[in-house]
Amino acid sequence: MTTPKLTEVSYQIRRFDPERDAAPHWEVYRIPYAPGMTVLEGLWKVKELRSPTLAWRSSCRMGVCGSCGMLINGKPRLACNTQIAELESETVVVAPLPNFDIVRDLVPELAPMFATHQALMPYVIREDVEEREHPTNEFYQSAHELEHYLQFTYCIKCGCCMAACPTFATDALYSGPMPLGQAHRYNSDTRDGGFAARKQVLADEPGPWRCHYAGECSRVCPKGVDPAKAIQLMKRELVLDYLRLHKKKCPAKVAVKPTEAKRRDNIPEAPPRTV
Amino acid sequence: MLESKGHPNRLGIWGWLGGGRWGAERYLYTLHRLTGLGLLAYFLLHIIVTSSRALGQARWTQAMGAVSGPLFKVGEYLVFLAFAFHAINGIRLGIIELGFGVGKPIEPVYPYRTSLDVQRPIAIGVLVLAAVLVVMGTLNFWVLE
Repeated sequence: MTTPKLTEVSYQIRRFDPERDAAPHWEVYRIPYAPGMTVLEGLWKVKELRSPTLAWRSSCRMGVCGSCGMLINGKPRLACNTQIAELESETVVVAPLPNFDIVRDLVPELAPMFATHQALMPYVIREDVEEREHPTNEFYQSAHELEHYLQFTYCIKCGCCMAACPTFATDALYSGPMPLGQAHRYNSDTRDGGFAARKQVLADEPGPWRCHYAGECSRVCPKGVDPAKAIQLMKRELVLDYLRLHKKKCPAKVAVKPTEAKRRDNIPEAPPRTV
Repeated sequence: MLESKGHPNRLGIWGWLGGGRWGAERYLYTLHRLTGLGLLAYFLLHIIVTSSRALGQARWTQAMGAVSGPLFKVGEYLVFLAFAFHAINGIRLGIIELGFGVGKPIEPVYPYRTSLDVQRPIAIGVLVLAAVLVVMGTLNFWVLE
Protein backbone atom coordinates (compact mmCIF):
# COMPACT_ATOMS: atom_id res chain seq x y z
CA MET A 1 0.00 0.00 0.00
CA THR A 2 1.71 3.17 -1.19
CA THR A 3 -1.33 5.44 -1.22
CA PRO A 4 -1.02 6.75 2.39
CA LYS A 5 2.19 8.55 1.28
CA LEU A 6 0.25 10.48 -1.36
CA THR A 7 -0.15 14.21 -0.97
CA GLU A 8 -2.13 14.71 -4.17
CA VAL A 9 -4.43 12.52 -6.18
CA SER A 10 -5.76 12.75 -9.74
CA TYR A 11 -9.46 12.54 -10.45
CA GLN A 12 -10.33 11.50 -13.99
CA ILE A 13 -14.03 12.29 -14.30
CA ARG A 14 -16.45 11.63 -17.15
CA ARG A 15 -18.28 14.93 -17.67
CA PHE A 16 -21.46 15.61 -19.59
CA ASP A 17 -23.55 18.75 -19.72
CA PRO A 18 -26.71 18.13 -21.78
CA GLU A 19 -26.95 21.84 -22.64
CA ARG A 20 -23.41 22.11 -24.05
CA ASP A 21 -21.99 18.67 -24.87
CA ALA A 22 -22.99 16.33 -27.67
CA ALA A 23 -21.28 13.40 -25.90
CA PRO A 24 -19.54 12.75 -22.58
CA HIS A 25 -15.82 13.54 -22.31
CA TRP A 26 -13.06 13.00 -19.73
CA GLU A 27 -11.50 15.73 -17.58
CA VAL A 28 -8.62 15.38 -15.11
CA TYR A 29 -8.27 17.31 -11.83
CA ARG A 30 -5.48 17.25 -9.22
CA ILE A 31 -6.60 17.68 -5.63
CA PRO A 32 -4.87 17.45 -2.23
CA TYR A 33 -5.12 14.03 -0.59
CA ALA A 34 -5.55 13.24 3.09
CA PRO A 35 -5.36 9.72 4.55
CA GLY A 36 -8.79 8.17 5.01
CA MET A 37 -10.33 10.33 2.29
CA THR A 38 -13.26 8.73 0.50
CA VAL A 39 -13.99 9.09 -3.21
CA LEU A 40 -17.02 11.22 -2.29
CA GLU A 41 -14.89 13.59 -0.18
CA GLY A 42 -12.54 13.88 -3.17
CA LEU A 43 -15.47 14.86 -5.39
CA TRP A 44 -16.37 17.61 -2.94
CA LYS A 45 -12.75 18.82 -3.12
CA VAL A 46 -12.92 18.86 -6.92
CA LYS A 47 -16.12 20.89 -6.75
CA GLU A 48 -14.66 23.26 -4.15
CA LEU A 49 -11.23 23.81 -5.74
CA ARG A 50 -11.39 22.92 -9.45
CA SER A 51 -14.84 22.67 -11.03
CA PRO A 52 -17.89 24.14 -9.27
CA THR A 53 -20.21 22.85 -12.00
CA LEU A 54 -19.49 19.16 -11.30
CA ALA A 55 -22.77 17.32 -10.55
CA TRP A 56 -23.47 14.06 -8.73
CA ARG A 57 -25.98 12.67 -6.24
CA SER A 58 -25.13 12.02 -2.60
CA SER A 59 -26.77 12.42 0.76
CA CYS A 60 -26.00 10.34 3.85
CA ARG A 61 -22.20 9.83 3.43
CA MET A 62 -22.45 6.48 5.27
CA GLY A 63 -23.57 3.88 2.72
CA VAL A 64 -27.21 3.97 3.71
CA CYS A 65 -29.11 6.15 1.23
CA GLY A 66 -27.73 4.59 -1.99
CA SER A 67 -27.48 7.93 -3.82
CA CYS A 68 -23.78 8.00 -4.69
CA GLY A 69 -23.48 4.83 -6.79
CA MET A 70 -20.95 5.42 -9.58
CA LEU A 71 -18.36 3.56 -11.64
CA ILE A 72 -15.11 3.94 -9.69
CA ASN A 73 -11.96 2.48 -11.23
CA GLY A 74 -14.04 0.14 -13.37
CA LYS A 75 -16.35 -1.17 -10.67
CA PRO A 76 -19.78 0.07 -9.60
CA ARG A 77 -19.47 1.22 -5.97
CA LEU A 78 -20.77 3.77 -3.50
CA ALA A 79 -18.47 6.83 -3.53
CA CYS A 80 -19.03 7.40 0.20
CA ASN A 81 -18.19 3.79 1.02
CA THR A 82 -14.94 3.67 -0.98
CA GLN A 83 -11.67 4.99 0.38
CA ILE A 84 -9.16 6.27 -2.15
CA ALA A 85 -6.46 4.19 -0.40
CA GLU A 86 -8.30 0.92 -1.13
CA LEU A 87 -8.18 1.64 -4.87
CA GLU A 88 -4.35 1.31 -4.72
CA SER A 89 -3.99 3.80 -7.56
CA GLU A 90 -2.88 7.40 -7.81
CA THR A 91 -5.70 8.09 -10.25
CA VAL A 92 -9.35 7.82 -9.32
CA VAL A 93 -11.38 7.20 -12.46
CA VAL A 94 -15.01 8.15 -11.90
CA ALA A 95 -17.85 7.71 -14.41
CA PRO A 96 -21.64 7.58 -14.08
CA LEU A 97 -23.17 4.13 -13.51
CA PRO A 98 -23.29 2.34 -16.88
CA ASN A 99 -26.53 0.91 -18.30
CA PHE A 100 -28.40 4.02 -17.11
CA ASP A 101 -28.79 7.12 -19.25
CA ILE A 102 -26.75 10.11 -18.08
CA VAL A 103 -28.70 13.10 -16.79
CA ARG A 104 -25.56 15.18 -16.18
CA ASP A 105 -21.94 14.39 -15.22
CA LEU A 106 -22.14 11.57 -12.65
CA VAL A 107 -25.93 11.62 -12.28
CA PRO A 108 -27.60 8.50 -13.77
CA GLU A 109 -31.26 8.38 -14.78
CA LEU A 110 -32.63 5.86 -12.27
CA ALA A 111 -36.33 6.47 -13.00
CA PRO A 112 -36.69 3.48 -15.40
CA MET A 113 -35.26 1.16 -12.73
CA PHE A 114 -37.74 2.44 -10.15
CA ALA A 115 -40.61 2.09 -12.65
CA THR A 116 -39.70 -1.60 -13.11
CA HIS A 117 -39.35 -1.98 -9.36
CA GLN A 118 -42.83 -0.51 -8.88
CA ALA A 119 -44.32 -2.77 -11.56
CA LEU A 120 -43.20 -5.84 -9.56
CA MET A 121 -45.29 -4.68 -6.59
CA PRO A 122 -42.61 -4.34 -3.88
CA TYR A 123 -45.01 -4.25 -0.97
CA VAL A 124 -47.02 -6.66 1.14
CA ILE A 125 -50.14 -7.80 -0.73
CA ARG A 126 -52.96 -9.31 1.31
CA GLU A 127 -56.59 -10.07 0.76
CA ASP A 128 -57.57 -8.45 4.05
CA VAL A 129 -57.09 -4.95 2.67
CA GLU A 130 -58.74 -3.33 5.68
CA GLU A 131 -56.18 -4.89 8.07
CA ARG A 132 -53.32 -3.85 5.77
CA GLU A 133 -54.49 -0.26 5.47
CA HIS A 134 -55.66 0.15 9.07
CA PRO A 135 -53.71 -2.44 11.09
CA THR A 136 -55.14 -3.49 14.42
CA ASN A 137 -52.07 -5.45 15.47
CA GLU A 138 -48.82 -6.96 14.14
CA PHE A 139 -48.69 -10.17 12.08
CA TYR A 140 -47.33 -13.43 13.44
CA GLN A 141 -43.89 -14.22 12.02
CA SER A 142 -41.19 -16.42 13.53
CA ALA A 143 -37.49 -15.58 13.56
CA HIS A 144 -36.93 -18.51 11.21
CA GLU A 145 -39.47 -17.11 8.74
CA LEU A 146 -37.77 -13.73 8.93
CA GLU A 147 -34.48 -15.31 7.81
CA HIS A 148 -36.06 -16.29 4.47
CA TYR A 149 -36.10 -12.68 3.30
CA LEU A 150 -34.08 -10.59 5.78
CA GLN A 151 -30.94 -10.57 3.59
CA PHE A 152 -32.87 -9.05 0.70
CA THR A 153 -34.35 -6.24 2.80
CA TYR A 154 -30.93 -4.58 3.08
CA CYS A 155 -31.16 -3.36 -0.56
CA ILE A 156 -30.69 0.42 -0.80
CA LYS A 157 -31.61 0.67 -4.51
CA CYS A 158 -28.27 2.24 -5.46
CA GLY A 159 -28.32 0.61 -8.92
CA CYS A 160 -24.76 -0.84 -8.67
CA CYS A 161 -26.11 -4.33 -9.46
CA MET A 162 -27.88 -3.06 -12.58
CA ALA A 163 -24.68 -1.35 -13.74
CA ALA A 164 -22.65 -4.55 -13.30
CA CYS A 165 -25.15 -6.96 -14.91
CA PRO A 166 -23.92 -8.14 -18.34
CA THR A 167 -27.43 -9.22 -19.36
CA PHE A 168 -28.89 -5.80 -18.58
CA ALA A 169 -26.01 -4.27 -20.59
CA THR A 170 -27.35 -5.76 -23.83
CA ASP A 171 -30.99 -6.28 -22.97
CA ALA A 172 -32.99 -3.17 -22.07
CA LEU A 173 -36.15 -5.27 -21.62
CA TYR A 174 -34.64 -7.34 -18.79
CA SER A 175 -36.06 -6.27 -15.41
CA GLY A 176 -32.62 -6.42 -13.77
CA PRO A 177 -31.29 -7.73 -10.46
CA MET A 178 -32.64 -5.05 -8.12
CA PRO A 179 -36.36 -5.23 -9.05
CA LEU A 180 -36.28 -9.04 -9.33
CA GLY A 181 -34.44 -9.43 -6.04
CA GLN A 182 -36.97 -7.21 -4.35
CA ALA A 183 -39.87 -9.16 -5.87
CA HIS A 184 -38.42 -12.30 -4.27
CA ARG A 185 -38.00 -10.43 -0.97
CA TYR A 186 -41.80 -9.95 -0.83
CA ASN A 187 -42.62 -13.36 -2.32
CA SER A 188 -40.73 -15.03 0.53
CA ASP A 189 -42.27 -12.86 3.25
CA THR A 190 -44.81 -14.94 5.18
CA ARG A 191 -47.01 -11.87 5.72
CA ASP A 192 -47.42 -11.52 1.96
CA GLY A 193 -49.91 -13.29 -0.29
CA GLY A 194 -48.98 -11.65 -3.57
CA PHE A 195 -47.04 -14.45 -5.30
CA ALA A 196 -49.83 -15.07 -7.83
CA ALA A 197 -50.12 -11.36 -8.65
CA ARG A 198 -46.35 -10.91 -9.08
CA LYS A 199 -46.10 -14.12 -11.08
CA GLN A 200 -48.13 -12.49 -13.86
CA VAL A 201 -45.30 -9.98 -14.29
CA LEU A 202 -42.38 -12.29 -13.41
CA ALA A 203 -43.35 -15.10 -15.78
CA ASP A 204 -43.32 -12.62 -18.65
CA GLU A 205 -40.38 -12.17 -21.01
CA PRO A 206 -38.34 -9.59 -19.02
CA GLY A 207 -38.47 -11.77 -15.92
CA PRO A 208 -35.83 -13.81 -14.06
CA TRP A 209 -35.26 -16.32 -16.89
CA ARG A 210 -32.95 -13.87 -18.65
CA CYS A 211 -30.51 -14.13 -15.73
CA HIS A 212 -27.76 -16.68 -16.40
CA TYR A 213 -25.82 -16.22 -13.19
CA ALA A 214 -22.83 -14.10 -14.13
CA GLY A 215 -22.99 -13.14 -10.45
CA GLU A 216 -21.66 -9.60 -10.87
CA CYS A 217 -24.69 -8.11 -9.12
CA SER A 218 -23.89 -10.03 -5.95
CA ARG A 219 -20.19 -9.29 -6.27
CA VAL A 220 -20.62 -5.50 -6.44
CA CYS A 221 -23.53 -5.12 -4.01
CA PRO A 222 -22.33 -2.72 -1.27
CA LYS A 223 -24.79 -4.19 1.25
CA GLY A 224 -24.26 -7.94 0.70
CA VAL A 225 -27.83 -8.40 -0.53
CA ASP A 226 -26.92 -11.10 -3.11
CA PRO A 227 -29.58 -10.43 -5.79
CA ALA A 228 -28.27 -13.37 -7.88
CA LYS A 229 -29.23 -15.75 -5.09
CA ALA A 230 -32.68 -14.17 -4.78
CA ILE A 231 -33.29 -14.56 -8.52
CA GLN A 232 -32.27 -18.25 -8.56
CA LEU A 233 -34.46 -18.98 -5.53
CA MET A 234 -37.32 -17.21 -7.24
CA LYS A 235 -36.85 -19.32 -10.38
CA ARG A 236 -37.20 -22.43 -8.23
CA GLU A 237 -40.49 -21.10 -6.82
CA LEU A 238 -41.74 -20.38 -10.34
CA VAL A 239 -40.79 -23.87 -11.57
CA LEU A 240 -42.48 -25.50 -8.56
CA ASP A 241 -45.54 -23.35 -9.22
CA TYR A 242 -45.56 -24.44 -12.89
CA LEU A 243 -45.41 -28.08 -11.78
CA ARG A 244 -48.17 -27.33 -9.25
CA LEU A 245 -45.79 -28.30 -6.43
CA HIS A 246 -45.54 -24.80 -4.95
CA LYS A 247 -46.68 -24.78 -1.35
CA LYS A 248 -49.75 -22.62 -1.06
CA LYS A 249 -48.78 -19.99 1.49
CA CYS A 250 -51.41 -18.66 3.85
CA PRO A 251 -50.38 -15.12 4.75
CA ALA A 252 -49.47 -14.79 8.42
CA LYS A 253 -52.39 -14.08 10.69
CA VAL A 254 -52.86 -10.99 12.78
CA ALA A 255 -51.49 -11.51 16.26
CA VAL A 256 -54.17 -11.81 18.91
CA LYS A 257 -53.99 -9.27 21.66
CA PRO A 258 -53.64 -10.90 25.08
CA THR A 259 -56.84 -10.29 26.97
CA GLU A 260 -56.07 -11.65 30.42
CA ALA A 261 -52.61 -10.16 30.89
CA LYS A 262 -52.37 -7.37 33.46
CA ARG A 263 -50.05 -4.43 33.17
CA ARG A 264 -47.70 -3.88 36.08
CA ASP A 265 -48.12 -0.53 37.77
CA ASN A 266 -44.51 0.60 37.40
CA ILE A 267 -44.48 0.32 33.57
CA PRO A 268 -45.29 3.65 31.87
CA GLU A 269 -47.87 3.88 29.10
CA ALA A 270 -46.62 3.36 25.53
CA PRO A 271 -46.41 6.46 23.30
CA PRO A 272 -49.34 7.06 20.89
CA ARG A 273 -49.46 4.87 17.77
CA THR A 274 -47.88 6.29 14.65
CA VAL A 275 -49.52 3.93 12.14
CA MET B 1 -39.48 0.18 -18.84
CA LEU B 2 -39.93 3.95 -18.55
CA GLU B 3 -38.39 5.99 -21.36
CA SER B 4 -35.53 8.29 -20.36
CA LYS B 5 -34.40 11.51 -22.01
CA GLY B 6 -30.80 11.32 -20.75
CA HIS B 7 -27.68 10.55 -22.80
CA PRO B 8 -27.51 6.79 -23.63
CA ASN B 9 -24.90 4.97 -21.56
CA ARG B 10 -25.71 1.28 -22.05
CA LEU B 11 -22.58 -0.86 -22.30
CA GLY B 12 -23.91 -3.21 -24.98
CA ILE B 13 -21.69 -6.17 -25.94
CA TRP B 14 -18.83 -4.58 -23.99
CA GLY B 15 -20.95 -5.28 -20.89
CA TRP B 16 -20.28 -9.00 -21.38
CA LEU B 17 -16.60 -8.35 -20.82
CA GLY B 18 -16.32 -5.20 -18.69
CA GLY B 19 -18.48 -3.00 -16.48
CA GLY B 20 -17.52 -4.49 -13.15
CA ARG B 21 -14.82 -6.41 -11.36
CA TRP B 22 -14.37 -9.62 -13.28
CA GLY B 23 -15.16 -12.82 -11.46
CA ALA B 24 -14.84 -16.47 -12.52
CA GLU B 25 -18.61 -16.74 -13.04
CA ARG B 26 -18.57 -13.75 -15.39
CA TYR B 27 -15.91 -15.47 -17.54
CA LEU B 28 -18.07 -18.61 -17.56
CA TYR B 29 -21.14 -16.51 -18.48
CA THR B 30 -19.32 -14.85 -21.39
CA LEU B 31 -17.75 -18.10 -22.57
CA HIS B 32 -21.15 -19.82 -22.39
CA ARG B 33 -22.67 -17.13 -24.61
CA LEU B 34 -19.79 -17.15 -27.11
CA THR B 35 -19.73 -20.96 -27.35
CA GLY B 36 -23.52 -20.92 -27.72
CA LEU B 37 -23.25 -18.52 -30.65
CA GLY B 38 -20.47 -20.69 -32.13
CA LEU B 39 -22.59 -23.82 -31.88
CA LEU B 40 -25.52 -21.97 -33.45
CA ALA B 41 -23.29 -20.96 -36.39
CA TYR B 42 -22.16 -24.59 -36.72
CA PHE B 43 -25.75 -25.86 -36.76
CA LEU B 44 -26.66 -23.42 -39.52
CA LEU B 45 -23.67 -24.57 -41.59
CA HIS B 46 -24.51 -28.21 -40.80
CA ILE B 47 -28.09 -27.75 -42.06
CA ILE B 48 -26.89 -26.06 -45.25
CA VAL B 49 -24.34 -28.83 -45.96
CA THR B 50 -26.65 -31.77 -45.21
CA SER B 51 -29.55 -30.20 -47.12
CA SER B 52 -27.45 -30.57 -50.28
CA ARG B 53 -28.30 -34.31 -50.15
CA ALA B 54 -31.80 -33.39 -51.28
CA LEU B 55 -30.31 -31.92 -54.48
CA GLY B 56 -28.80 -35.21 -55.61
CA GLN B 57 -25.74 -37.42 -55.14
CA ALA B 58 -23.43 -35.14 -57.13
CA ARG B 59 -24.20 -32.04 -55.01
CA TRP B 60 -23.84 -34.09 -51.84
CA THR B 61 -20.40 -35.39 -52.86
CA GLN B 62 -19.40 -31.86 -53.85
CA ALA B 63 -20.58 -30.42 -50.50
CA MET B 64 -18.78 -33.14 -48.50
CA GLY B 65 -15.64 -32.49 -50.51
CA ALA B 66 -15.84 -28.78 -49.70
CA VAL B 67 -15.89 -29.42 -45.92
CA SER B 68 -13.26 -32.16 -45.76
CA GLY B 69 -10.13 -29.97 -45.79
CA PRO B 70 -7.76 -29.42 -42.82
CA LEU B 71 -9.36 -26.03 -42.09
CA PHE B 72 -12.71 -27.73 -41.45
CA LYS B 73 -10.98 -30.39 -39.36
CA VAL B 74 -9.73 -27.61 -37.06
CA GLY B 75 -13.20 -26.01 -37.20
CA GLU B 76 -14.76 -29.31 -36.19
CA TYR B 77 -12.34 -29.53 -33.27
CA LEU B 78 -13.33 -25.99 -32.18
CA VAL B 79 -16.98 -27.03 -32.34
CA PHE B 80 -16.14 -29.97 -30.10
CA LEU B 81 -14.37 -27.67 -27.59
CA ALA B 82 -17.39 -25.35 -27.59
CA PHE B 83 -19.72 -28.29 -27.10
CA ALA B 84 -17.63 -29.75 -24.25
CA PHE B 85 -17.76 -26.49 -22.31
CA HIS B 86 -21.31 -25.45 -23.23
CA ALA B 87 -22.85 -28.81 -22.33
CA ILE B 88 -21.11 -29.26 -18.98
CA ASN B 89 -21.54 -25.61 -17.95
CA GLY B 90 -25.18 -25.86 -19.03
CA ILE B 91 -25.67 -28.59 -16.42
CA ARG B 92 -24.20 -26.24 -13.78
CA LEU B 93 -26.57 -23.47 -14.87
CA GLY B 94 -29.50 -25.88 -14.83
CA ILE B 95 -28.71 -26.84 -11.25
CA ILE B 96 -28.17 -23.26 -10.10
CA GLU B 97 -31.13 -21.78 -11.93
CA LEU B 98 -33.35 -24.23 -10.10
CA GLY B 99 -32.11 -22.67 -6.88
CA PHE B 100 -29.79 -25.52 -5.85
CA GLY B 101 -26.20 -24.97 -4.76
CA VAL B 102 -26.60 -21.24 -4.02
CA GLY B 103 -27.27 -21.60 -0.30
CA LYS B 104 -30.00 -20.20 1.88
CA PRO B 105 -30.51 -16.50 2.60
CA ILE B 106 -28.16 -15.35 5.35
CA GLU B 107 -27.76 -12.17 7.32
CA PRO B 108 -25.22 -10.02 5.43
CA VAL B 109 -22.30 -9.48 7.77
CA TYR B 110 -19.15 -7.82 6.39
CA PRO B 111 -17.05 -9.25 4.72
CA TYR B 112 -20.05 -10.45 2.75
CA ARG B 113 -20.30 -14.09 1.70
CA THR B 114 -22.41 -14.49 -1.41
CA SER B 115 -23.97 -17.40 -3.27
CA LEU B 116 -20.97 -17.22 -5.64
CA ASP B 117 -18.75 -18.59 -2.87
CA VAL B 118 -21.27 -21.33 -2.09
CA GLN B 119 -21.57 -22.56 -5.69
CA ARG B 120 -17.82 -22.28 -6.43
CA PRO B 121 -17.18 -26.06 -5.93
CA ILE B 122 -19.79 -26.75 -8.65
CA ALA B 123 -18.03 -24.27 -10.98
CA ILE B 124 -14.66 -25.91 -10.31
CA GLY B 125 -16.17 -29.37 -10.85
CA VAL B 126 -17.60 -28.18 -14.17
CA LEU B 127 -14.22 -26.92 -15.33
CA VAL B 128 -12.53 -30.19 -14.32
CA LEU B 129 -15.18 -32.27 -16.11
CA ALA B 130 -14.94 -30.09 -19.22
CA ALA B 131 -11.13 -30.42 -19.13
CA VAL B 132 -11.40 -34.23 -18.93
CA LEU B 133 -13.80 -34.22 -21.87
CA VAL B 134 -11.48 -31.93 -23.84
CA VAL B 135 -8.45 -34.17 -23.19
CA MET B 136 -10.37 -37.28 -24.27
CA GLY B 137 -11.71 -35.54 -27.35
CA THR B 138 -8.32 -34.12 -28.28
CA LEU B 139 -6.75 -37.57 -28.11
CA ASN B 140 -9.54 -38.94 -30.27
CA PHE B 141 -9.27 -36.09 -32.76
CA TRP B 142 -5.52 -35.82 -33.25
CA VAL B 143 -3.75 -38.88 -31.77
CA LEU B 144 -5.90 -42.02 -31.87
CA GLU B 145 -7.40 -41.36 -35.31
